Amino acid sequence: MATDAVQTAELGKLDLRTLEVIGPELSPRQLAWRRFRKHKLALIGAGGFLLLLTFIVVGSVLVPESRSNEGNLRSRLSAPGQEHWLGSDSTGRDVFSRIIYGGQISLVIGFLAVALAVSLGTVIGTVAAYYGGVVDALLMRFTEAMLSIPALFLLIVLGRFLGRDAATITLFGRSFNGSVGVVILVIGATSWMYLARIVRANVLSLREQDFVSAAKALGAKNRHLFLVHLIPNTLGPIIVAATLGLANAIIAEAYVSFLGLGVQPPTASWGNMMQQALSFIQRGAWWMWLFPSLFIVYTILCINLVGDGLRDALDPRSGKRHFA
Amino acid sequence: MWAYIIRRIAQGLFILFIVTGACFALTRLSSDPMAQYSTVQRMSEQDRARIRQKLGLDQPLYVQYVRWLGLALEGDLGQSLFSKQPVALLIRQRLPMTLILMITAEVVIVTLSVALGTLSAIKQYSRFDNLVTSFSFIGYSMPIFFIALMLMLVFAVRFKAWGLPYFPTGADVWDFKDPAAMAWHLVLPVSALVIIQTAAYSRYIRSSMLEVLGQDYIRTARAKGLTQNSVLYKHAFRNAALPFVTILGLDIPFLLGGAIVTESIFAWPGMGRLFWEYAQRGDYPVVMGVLLLVSTAVIFFTIITDVAYTFIDPRIRLS
Repeated sequence: MATDAVQTAELGKLDLRTLEVIGPELSPRQLAWRRFRKHKLALIGAGGFLLLLTFIVVGSVLVPESRSNEGNLRSRLSAPGQEHWLGSDSTGRDVFSRIIYGGQISLVIGFLAVALAVSLGTVIGTVAAYYGGVVDALLMRFTEAMLSIPALFLLIVLGRFLGRDAATITLFGRSFNGSVGVVILVIGATSWMYLARIVRANVLSLREQDFVSAAKALGAKNRHLFLVHLIPNTLGPIIVAATLGLANAIIAEAYVSFLGLGVQPPTASWGNMMQQALSFIQRGAWWMWLFPSLFIVYTILCINLVGDGLRDALDPRSGKRHFA
Repeated sequence: MWAYIIRRIAQGLFILFIVTGACFALTRLSSDPMAQYSTVQRMSEQDRARIRQKLGLDQPLYVQYVRWLGLALEGDLGQSLFSKQPVALLIRQRLPMTLILMITAEVVIVTLSVALGTLSAIKQYSRFDNLVTSFSFIGYSMPIFFIALMLMLVFAVRFKAWGLPYFPTGADVWDFKDPAAMAWHLVLPVSALVIIQTAAYSRYIRSSMLEVLGQDYIRTARAKGLTQNSVLYKHAFRNAALPFVTILGLDIPFLLGGAIVTESIFAWPGMGRLFWEYAQRGDYPVVMGVLLLVSTAVIFFTIITDVAYTFIDPRIRLS
């Protein structure tokens, strides 16, 4: 009986395929890629982001870092022109070079903070859902506790705590102000909560499915269950949350630096460039804040377009934080 | 139902305990409250020790927290380390100002985003829809300080230079009793908040409206021969608004916290700026007071929203 049923099903499938009623079978990944490709705006966003990365990489090869960090007081606050393409700031540093090197910092912060947030969110969500009971209750109350504080308040409280003594780090032959590390930690540690909830919900439903029970019955260890079954099957929402999270992290860097708690000068970041421009607005030095802001908006826009496309392709649920 | 509510309240209290405990430790350790006396020459070691003792700073951290918590439960939030004013008084001064700013903004935001979101969903892919969608996408990708500084530059600085009627850049020097002056000062900060938040909300309403419009019961309503207006507003909009009401309910308590960046840029004397000014100096009683207020409101509103939802949508059951 059973083999008959299987045979009929296979025959049916075969017939349909030879009649070309259904196309070749696609893996979920291929399906997602096909949906993503159809999303024109998402492709534009991806292209735009690649363009930005190229600009920053090529720019840092062509423009020496000293040009971005060392000022020349004689040419301070000069308007965009031959000497300084996008003008110079209040200590005569070249805005164009600072945008390149600030962009490096902003993107590095964005990527690393998201990596941290995604790891935290995935681990906390999976552990809470898999173990359930007291572990779940405690982790979820902790998550809710962090969500009950406005995002910026949380960033300030943690930023002030971690920012007390930031040492200088040397990486890839460049010395980074320790504040860069602090900002990464602060943003990463305050933006995992939505992802943790999404992952938890997903794992809760996966846990009840037959293939997980089968794996358990076959004696699979927890490690195996997490790494082979639970997390890979939650990858869709994780990727979406990570993409939108990258946009949020770059914006968060801008907010934190704008409040003076972020990356400390002379190291440039798009956020602290805007902060330094604040006191020169009334004096008409519009190039000091307009250009870094345009870069922030352009970057976030590209990432959000990609994120939107990914969400349509992979998963409908995901959270977005707001600052005010 | 009652068992559910009581359990949620108990959970809420536990969450508040975590929030206050963690924030107390972080804020208290961020800077030394005695630092303000470090430059006072005439103060002897004994004086310093006496002040430490009076402020309870000589105790272990958890004792300090328990003491703070005990007093807070009695309604005493302590006093600022620097201005020596009671925290409750500071909050009472700032809260109305924040509410004026945030509620005005929220009313405009909700009205505008419901209108824009619904219209662009009804006329999907029209020129109007494309325009709204593009603008909301750009607004969604902007940090608020960009838009705030831009508004300030154009409508306050440039307009003044061009001899046009201009808006004030800050709110510090004006008569708080004069409603007309207040409205005048509200224009720019409210506009900044509206531009950013309308972008997010109208996108949300558009997508939930589109989802509802694709449902079978809408086709049924059309097939029954109902008028376009009846289908759109009685059937579609009511259902599309449901998830939006939840989001709104969850966002409202955050209004109490004000808007740190907007208030700082436009020098609006609200809660966000209170928090920011005192947090910078490590004035933990004020910081804790503000956090306690906002966090309590958030937890309270979450419970209310969840319970209210069962009345609005009978399909939802509490467990």
